Amino acid sequence: MRALAASVVAIVVFTAALGFGYPALMTGFAQVAFPHQANGSLVVRNGTVVGSSLAAQEFTSPRYFHERPSATSPAYNAAFTTFSNLGPTSPALAKLVRTNAQAILKLEGPYNPGLTIHDIPVDAVVPSGSGIDPDITPAYAALQSRRVAAVRHLPLATVQLLIRENTAGRTFGFLGEAGVNVLELNLALDKLGGN
Amino acid sequence: MGQGWAQIVVYAVVLIALSYPLGIWMARVYTRERGDVVERGFLRLLGRDASGDQDWKHYGKSVVVFSVAFMAFLYGLLRLQGHLFLNPDHLPAVPWTVAFNTAASFITNTNWQYYGGEATMSYLSQMAGLAVQNFVSAGVGMAVLVAIARGISRRGTGAGLGNFWRDLYRSIVYILLPLAVVLTVILLSQGVVQTFHGHVTATTVQGAHQSIARGPFASQEAIKQLGTNGGGPYDSNSAVPFENPTPLSNFFEVLAILLIPFAQVVMFGRMVLARRHAWVLYAVCFTIFAIGVGIALPSEQHGSSVLRNSGVNITHSASQPGGNMTDKEVRFGIANTALWATATTDVSNGSVNGGHDAFTPAGGAVPLVNMFLGEVEPGGVGSGIYGLIFYILIAVFVAGLMVGRTPEWLGKKIEAREMKLAAIGALFVPTMALVLTAVAIVAPAGLASVYNAGAHGFTETLYAYTSQSNNNGSAFAGYGATTFSTTLGGIAMLFGRFVPLLAGLAIGGSLARKKVVPASAGTFRTDGATFGVLLLGVIALTAGLMILPALTLGPIVEGLMH
Repeated sequence: MRALAASVVAIVVFTAALGFGYPALMTGFAQVAFPHQANGSLVVRNGTVVGSSLAAQEFTSPRYFHERPSATSPAYNAAFTTFSNLGPTSPALAKLVRTNAQAILKLEGPYNPGLTIHDIPVDAVVPSGSGIDPDITPAYAALQSRRVAAVRHLPLATVQLLIRENTAGRTFGFLGEAGVNVLELNLALDKLGGN
Repeated sequence: MGQGWAQIVVYAVVLIALSYPLGIWMARVYTRERGDVVERGFLRLLGRDASGDQDWKHYGKSVVVFSVAFMAFLYGLLRLQGHLFLNPDHLPAVPWTVAFNTAASFITNTNWQYYGGEATMSYLSQMAGLAVQNFVSAGVGMAVLVAIARGISRRGTGAGLGNFWRDLYRSIVYILLPLAVVLTVILLSQGVVQTFHGHVTATTVQGAHQSIARGPFASQEAIKQLGTNGGGPYDSNSAVPFENPTPLSNFFEVLAILLIPFAQVVMFGRMVLARRHAWVLYAVCFTIFAIGVGIALPSEQHGSSVLRNSGVNITHSASQPGGNMTDKEVRFGIANTALWATATTDVSNGSVNGGHDAFTPAGGAVPLVNMFLGEVEPGGVGSGIYGLIFYILIAVFVAGLMVGRTPEWLGKKIEAREMKLAAIGALFVPTMALVLTAVAIVAPAGLASVYNAGAHGFTETLYAYTSQSNNNGSAFAGYGATTFSTTLGGIAMLFGRFVPLLAGLAIGGSLARKKVVPASAGTFRTDGATFGVLLLGVIALTAGLMILPALTLGPIVEGLMH
């Protein structure tokens, strides 16, 4: 009974201090010190929230760079993330990779003469971990650059410059991998104008 | 690959450099006689259970009563969340099967999740339910380890192991909370969300609507990593950019997984006055960690057979990570995901920054074997080291048989009672994991949870019951929630927590009563490389051999068939 009495008091105290006090104080601090990040790194254009720089969103138009495949339902669902959970030897994975690769060859082939499946980086054909991976690899961005430049009638060098500007390299030169933020890159393209 | 290894070497150096002073600090926290003003007030508030020295039975009773009471509270909260406040997205009650499994999961420091957090749990449930357990269940494990260490260091002067409530308070207030605050600030600077505003709906560039889940999650992420908990607010866990946005946030999060566990090895050595012995243990744990990364990283970089045969480019270069990128994030690449998978299962963390179900057969076998060894490398906060103690006792027993003397450890004679308890502690959980896997593979209700076909489906099942029995919580996440799987898993987590915990406390209580025998020429030394090798062998021969037949049915068959 003594242990139970102590438990009840401890539950109340810990829930109050750690369940309310701690997150409330941290939220207060966050909203003052890092309001942009704390609210989801939202991207605003012309007064409207167009997305978050930390979440992929669907791009299907040839005018835009496309994201990595997503296993969420619907794709790029930032309200219910999920893995694909496709095993390494799964026939379903093999089929998905084939389908995605064919689609890329069809889309990018006309702008990249001689393009073969060996030129497609793996991240372009397999689902990401979160389903909302905001980045593509510089390799996949390079693959898409000729199409975007052609469709928008921009010099390839201009598009390549934008890619570089929206690439986060490895932190301190060795940590993690380089990634190109697709939403920010596409917004930069739109800002440039062109048709 | 060179850059991949460089990241891991830097990680290891920082881990060693930080865990050492933290271990010294922790030993000081627990051995200080007089508590602070708040501590004394808190203990007075709790009443008589929180005063005086407890023997192992009394200590264990406080642990069990507290955990069960808190589990009931958490279960009630999850069931009632639909009627309560801080629920801006109007989420309904959690179904009872999932609520039972989740309550068991979080009070046992497992954090297995049969739900997607952002679509299931209200802010109230996340903050005041789950995140509180992230502190408390970690604090319970740390307290129990400290009690056992006191038992070992007693010189036959009484059976007391300290007071549970005091140890719990100090674990949380002096260790977990300050570290969590520091880590929260680091994570916030990198972009982890921390807000009470609900979902935001964006109008995307192409004119569609995208709902984005947010919440007070940086503060939860910090303790989730530090307390070897692992249960994240989002379904894809630390792969989600809102939990883990940059390579730097990833570095600190994966550092937080192993920081306190390795510091506890240092702390343990100081508390039982055997610093050289502790360094041997540190080296053994580190060796198992290094072997794990050494297998997982090249396996994932080599890619799966499906990807190799597909013809797409999987070669690592400056412009892409290559390898098995299925269910992995670009910013982390292969090395950081392989490192995380190894670290999270060397201890009982279980958070993931990529999908384990999609790992290659060899890469996925690393976390599986790590967990099966009992997560003693160096294991969950508290629970890992007392798990390691079972193996240490078996090792000194084997050595005793070889030299023909009564085995001794840290000056105490190890006799039949301790050996029985150590055998229960070391063998109960792996046996349970295998039996439950067998049940779930034979029963049609169990097969309903399997997602991928064939050998990989067997591995999913084995992984699920190994993870829950060992209180890890990571998953081959295709394995689905049914009434059968949630109930069986919930029971596995409770037994997996409390059987080894009580066996450990009983050993502490038993050793507390023993007089110290002075070391002589015939004493088997436990502070040298010989003992380290022996201990590694014992770990490999006990749990390692137990899982080998199951491994052949799962990852080995899968690896050989393709």
